[in-house]
Amino acid sequence: MPVEFRLPELGENVEKGDVVRVLVNVGDVVAQDQPVLELETDKATIEVPSSVAGRVTEVRVKPGDKVKVGQAVLALDADTGAAAETAPPAQAANAAAVDAPPAPAPAPAQPAAAAAPPPQAVAPADEAEPARPAARASVVDIMSARPAAPAERPEGPTLVPAAPSVRRYARELGVDIAQVSGSGPGGRIGQQDVRQHVREVFANGGPARAAALPDLGKWGEIEIVPMSNIRRKTAEHLSIGWQAPHVTQHDKADMTALETFRKHFGPRVEKAGAKLTVTVALVKIVAAALDRFPQFASSVDMARQSIVLRKYRHVGVAVDTPNGLLVPVIRDVNHKGLIEIAVELTDLAQRAQQKKLGLDEMSGGVFSVSNLGGLGGTAFTPLVNHPEVAILGVSRGSIEPVWQDGQFVPRQMMPLSLSYDHRVIDGADAVRFLRFIVEAIEQPLSMLL
Amino acid sequence: MSSAQLVVIGAGPGGYAAAFYAADMGMQVALVDTEPNPGGVCLYRGCIPSKALLHVAKLIGEAKHAAAWGVSFGAPAVDLAKLRGFKDQVVQKMTGGLAQVSKMRKIAYVQGRAAFKDARTLDIALASGGSETLTFEQAIVATGSRPAAVPALSIDSPRVMDSTGALDLPEVPGSLLVVGGGYIGLELGSVYAALGTKVTVVEMTAGLLPGADRDLVAVLQRRLEQTLHKILLNARVVEMKDTGSAVRVTIDGDGLDAADREQTFDRVLVSVGRKPNSAVPGLEKTAVQVGDRGFITVDASMRTHEPNIFAIGDVVGEPMLAHKASHEARVAVESALGHKAVFEPQAIPAVVFTDPELAWCGLTETEAKKQGRQVEVAKFPWAALGRAVAIDRPDGLTKLVIDPTSERVLGVGLVGSGAGELIAEGALAVEMAALATDLKLTIHPHPTLSETLMESAEVFFGHSTHVYRPKRPRP
Repeated sequence: MPVEFRLPELGENVEKGDVVRVLVNVGDVVAQDQPVLELETDKATIEVPSSVAGRVTEVRVKPGDKVKVGQAVLALDADTGAAAETAPPAQAANAAAVDAPPAPAPAPAQPAAAAAPPPQAVAPADEAEPARPAARASVVDIMSARPAAPAERPEGPTLVPAAPSVRRYARELGVDIAQVSGSGPGGRIGQQDVRQHVREVFANGGPARAAALPDLGKWGEIEIVPMSNIRRKTAEHLSIGWQAPHVTQHDKADMTALETFRKHFGPRVEKAGAKLTVTVALVKIVAAALDRFPQFASSVDMARQSIVLRKYRHVGVAVDTPNGLLVPVIRDVNHKGLIEIAVELTDLAQRAQQKKLGLDEMSGGVFSVSNLGGLGGTAFTPLVNHPEVAILGVSRGSIEPVWQDGQFVPRQMMPLSLSYDHRVIDGADAVRFLRFIVEAIEQPLSMLL
Repeated sequence: MSSAQLVVIGAGPGGYAAAFYAADMGMQVALVDTEPNPGGVCLYRGCIPSKALLHVAKLIGEAKHAAAWGVSFGAPAVDLAKLRGFKDQVVQKMTGGLAQVSKMRKIAYVQGRAAFKDARTLDIALASGGSETLTFEQAIVATGSRPAAVPALSIDSPRVMDSTGALDLPEVPGSLLVVGGGYIGLELGSVYAALGTKVTVVEMTAGLLPGADRDLVAVLQRRLEQTLHKILLNARVVEMKDTGSAVRVTIDGDGLDAADREQTFDRVLVSVGRKPNSAVPGLEKTAVQVGDRGFITVDASMRTHEPNIFAIGDVVGEPMLAHKASHEARVAVESALGHKAVFEPQAIPAVVFTDPELAWCGLTETEAKKQGRQVEVAKFPWAALGRAVAIDRPDGLTKLVIDPTSERVLGVGLVGSGAGELIAEGALAVEMAALATDLKLTIHPHPTLSETLMESAEVFFGHSTHVYRPKRPRP
């Protein structure tokens, strides 16, 4: 009985991915829930398990292909009595899925002499559309970091609740209709909703738009490297974060006592298979600071002109990986001890390196910690991780002379940098928040005051 | 050496629609096709001639049916030459009319076969002999599709036809085997059955019209089982031999008795789908790419990998339908003019012109199941409808596929007399993102078959006037 395996839902807001590897070949017998594809999505590489069992008769994707949720990726001969309704796509009468061809590679923004794009240069599904006559150059694209046109033929009706005239109106304004919320019955989108969306986008500082690059090839040799999914997503995400009015506050903590503590209890944590790092201690201290200063665990909702106070204490930790920056989140830090946090962070960091993090493990944080101390630096201005409102940056600790009791004594000092969204956090509170953290490092009992 | 701003290759319902629209938009257009006039498969060998014959088939059926109402006409006497003449005249009228309209629009119509020299030049082998070179700024490839052939069944015999041969009405055979239970096979099979042929249909899958919802197909199938001689499902033709006076056919399948396995037929119609005509000569001299399934690769604005060449219609993908091609034509022309146009319909209606007709648009129940999408289905049986009973055609069903949370109409399915006309309202409802409430509150004329759309929306809310079906409480 021929059946198709279609790409299932992968997670919230994940509609597509790039095939990294196909784990089965034609002729293989696949069991239900057996991984058949390795897929790179915006932030993670996931193994996709098959929802059907049977013998593979056709593999319809190859590494490098973009696939969307709902797209048929395998054809199988099911060994179960499948429904009589699964029909082969052999008939014209059959309104089967249009095979979504890859997007035509866009004309590179290069002199006309540019050679044909290399074979692997299939345009990403959301790359700018091919070059067009100059008449269109004045059109402004208003969208949330989305391209003007889907560079793929849709897999069939997308069923956006809007009339064709409204869809056209949105397209002409450069609005991705899927991003517009409808105010009509059943969420129907009208022209006024599209206009409202445009107003909101501009009220939020307008879409992040990059000026077109000049012709850089005329000054010497250049190489064009397509952005990886993670790189692109990071760029988009940080551009949004950058729109918040930021201020960074710097301070130093005497970490001598913390180092003594780490030496003393480190072996016990190592028995549990993890390392008691400065970051682990900071994650726990941050959770206590958030309890004391709840506006640091909030999000700004300009549309509703309100502040969303988040009562849970999920803390993100920035991890540097060969593929780019990832921020796994440790949940409910307030209910966990240092050993538990250390074990969890070790596991998350390892899986981040291997791109094996699930998407939900990288979302839901209320505050982030970015420790660059292992690499160096004296201070930096971390960028707030939207939709959070504050982030703690850590630079390299060093022995400095500190004036104590009438003399200079050598103390190990750790530079801390707190960036915060000035819309919800005032400077004075930021100083208090950072002082709370410094005192907690120097005198942990101060947290209990 | 002539030149055009836009050249359109292929003058079917995609190609001529593109050429006419581009001319209306002020472009200087050339239209190339092998036929003497615009029209393509649709007008010469497809939609239009088959509808002429299906109209006659329906009349014969109704005349026979009239005996039940006390009016008898006797057996029909068919003058095949005259019938063929009527069909040819329909084709003549329509294609001739298109030629007129094309001239009025100052379109340069070239009868011949086009080959690409490069992405800006065509060599056209003229039907009148000789050749012509045509340079162009932009091109639209609209070369359509052709009947698919089964290599194993491709025997050189005049008794084995494809849809083109069947529409020529060479004779009314005593017996006909239709290979393939898709819409083309069922439509043409119905024509021959009405003319008096014993028609057998062989379909290799478990049901007729693969892809259509089973409850709709069941209504059609009940009637076809009366008008056709036999329907063999899960069966395939493995061998055919022309014996000189007939075709001997070997059919393989589960549960077939010996009589079904070895049969002879006067004629065989092979209708197992269609193949895109993407092997345009010289296409490899451009950047245009053809995908695995033989379709030309385009983006949503119908542009190929060659920025000044577009492709539309059957040659770019399913569903292979004339009205899809015509709409893609407008998108391609608007894109060529530099507008932001994309082809993004939410509902492409599909119609099977059998008797009863079967039609659907938007999301089908089958597709929803396949996607694992939660939908509610509301059905209204035509037996409860005054007009359907009055015309003695209670064999119909109207269904709505509805999103349970927003109550939006995602798809509409119909089977019954005139379903092909009724589906247009369904397409409008889906495109406009209508809610079940909108359909319910729109006053439909009484007594008409169109009321079933309103009443099926009322079924969804559990208070249809003519069907008692209390609403199940929603979980």
